Amino acid sequence: MLKILKYSFYDLMRSRWSYVYFAFYLLLGVVLLFLNNDLSKAVITLMNVIIVLVPLIGTIFGVMYYYNSREFTELLLAQPLKRSSIFLGQYLGVALSLSMSLILGLGIPFVFYGLFQSSAIWDFSLLLITGTFLTLIFTALAFNIALSNENKIKGFGYAILLWLLLAVIYDGLFLMSLIMFEDYPLDKVSLVGTMLNPIDLSRTLILLKLDISALLGYTGAVFKEFFGTNFGLIISFIMLTAWVILPVFRIVFKSKRKDF
Amino acid sequence: MNKLFVFLAVIFLAQTNYAQNIEVCNTCTVSTLKDAIAQAKDFDTITVKKGTYKEHNVIVDKPLTIIGEDYPVIDGEFKGEIITVISDNVTVDGLFIINVGNSYTTDYAAIRVRNSKDFLIQNLVLEKLFFGIYIEKSRDGKVFHNKIIGDAVEEYNSGNGIQLWYSKNVEIEHNFIQHVRDGIYLEFSDFCTIKNNVSSLNVRYGLHFMFSNDDIYQDNEFSDNGAGVAVMFSKRIKMYDNIFKENWGTASYGVLLKEINDAEITGNIFEENTIGINIEGSNRIIYKNNDFISNGWAIKVRGACYTNSFLENNFLYNSFDIAYNSKVNDNVFDRNYWSNYTGYDLDKNGIGDVPYRPVKLFSYIVNRTPETIILLRSLFIDIIDFSEKVSPVFTPDNLMDNNPKMKKIAW
Repeated sequence: MLKILKYSFYDLMRSRWSYVYFAFYLLLGVVLLFLNNDLSKAVITLMNVIIVLVPLIGTIFGVMYYYNSREFTELLLAQPLKRSSIFLGQYLGVALSLSMSLILGLGIPFVFYGLFQSSAIWDFSLLLITGTFLTLIFTALAFNIALSNENKIKGFGYAILLWLLLAVIYDGLFLMSLIMFEDYPLDKVSLVGTMLNPIDLSRTLILLKLDISALLGYTGAVFKEFFGTNFGLIISFIMLTAWVILPVFRIVFKSKRKDF
Repeated sequence: MNKLFVFLAVIFLAQTNYAQNIEVCNTCTVSTLKDAIAQAKDFDTITVKKGTYKEHNVIVDKPLTIIGEDYPVIDGEFKGEIITVISDNVTVDGLFIINVGNSYTTDYAAIRVRNSKDFLIQNLVLEKLFFGIYIEKSRDGKVFHNKIIGDAVEEYNSGNGIQLWYSKNVEIEHNFIQHVRDGIYLEFSDFCTIKNNVSSLNVRYGLHFMFSNDDIYQDNEFSDNGAGVAVMFSKRIKMYDNIFKENWGTASYGVLLKEINDAEITGNIFEENTIGINIEGSNRIIYKNNDFISNGWAIKVRGACYTNSFLENNFLYNSFDIAYNSKVNDNVFDRNYWSNYTGYDLDKNGIGDVPYRPVKLFSYIVNRTPETIILLRSLFIDIIDFSEKVSPVFTPDNLMDNNPKMKKIAW
């Protein structure tokens, strides 16, 4: 598995897309810092970008890579290799190279700007950690979609639909249900609703670290008590990890049974 | 020359004859403040030397000057009120007063001024107190440079730092108040000046006043108070250059304005409060040159607020600039700087060419269903906010700043 991981990783490292992705984040970081002149404000803007773009790029890239390397995968399948290691290796190769582009691309300008002397370092690390989690989650979901659909067009369609669902539609439905049931106590419901969607969960985690917790005071202490404590943080990360592990299990499961 | 000499001599004689100095110390003939006051004549000076004096119910019934040297400790042993001033022209200076009695029926104070004029309370340090400085039906006095550190935990069994009741023309300056119920409390007190005070970490309000007209609040700092600052039922007050910050909580406000009319709020800084200003039933108020920085809500308008004008303020990085709960708007927003403004300025006159709408649809939704706050900054919310901005349906369509500034306003 490690060999395939290494191969996929180097293959991607050589590809143009990784550089484009890396350059995009580098540019974003530099522009934000020099326009904003304020580290913590830049972190907020960055959050908006990360919770929207990272999942989108993760999904599209994952699907694209799977379909592109199909011939190579078939070649590998002919060798005496375990199926799970082939697909897991490919998945990790994509996910890790995307994460690396993200971390380096955003990290370099911030480090040069004086991140280590700044108090925003924890906010920024949290940002990168959730960004990495989102990459892992959405690449895994993308591989799932690609494994289940032979038809490329359909695969891409589902991938975009998935992103749309979790990034936009979910929040819309969530909002509608909260408004519809506004006569009932909703603190717990909204907490659960947030936990179930990795994008919402990441957003809330970052928001709470960015001192906007002032806001949450208004709704009753529930959110703050939950997310503000170590317990809440641990639960949130467990949820995010579950979001990584479950799709990965499905990759293994599906790839074992798949007829090529 | 002769006349001058005579004049000086008269003054010198007058001083030696009338204004005697009585010293109080633990080993002197006069060893308590009470004895000293009993022996003193009008306009004498009592000097209290360093030491600890266990006294309570000290009544100052003559115009005296009481000065502490090196902060002598007056210990009330929790038995009740410590010093009560009932005469005009009294000065109390430099005492360290501790252990005021606690009561559920009487408002015991470290020092109370009742029915007097021209008093001066200064350089006191008060600790372990119930009420601190209580000015009652008095006028033309000054409360200057005191330090009041309480240990209040609950609202119902704690008192206020500086309390004014039916008083007039009192100056409260350079005081430092922490950990009491209300830092500064005014009721029925007109024409007072509250200046350069710091009131923080109080259980309830940093500043609280009701039915107090024509007062001036200037250069004060109110931070970290349980519920911020609340001002109610008052007319013609002026708030200049104060700092309201970090008042966080479910019902916490930088400033809560209720039934305040014809006020002027200028040059203040509201920073990191859950709600910067909460306005209810307040009319004809001018907000000018204030900074609203990183608040949850910069301004929350609850209702029955008419003809207020918000001019040349800076709204910087607030989660919501304005929240409004009705569709009727009679307030004016003009020439403010909004950090969330996304318009352009083609003619380069420093004023944006597109009006700014400070009320977002999401703030309207959050008003209705507070739990939806969890969706703050989500992509879906940005989309509906944008569509509301393009064609307002739920928010008042005439609520906008027609001349939004392009750059932060400096004054």
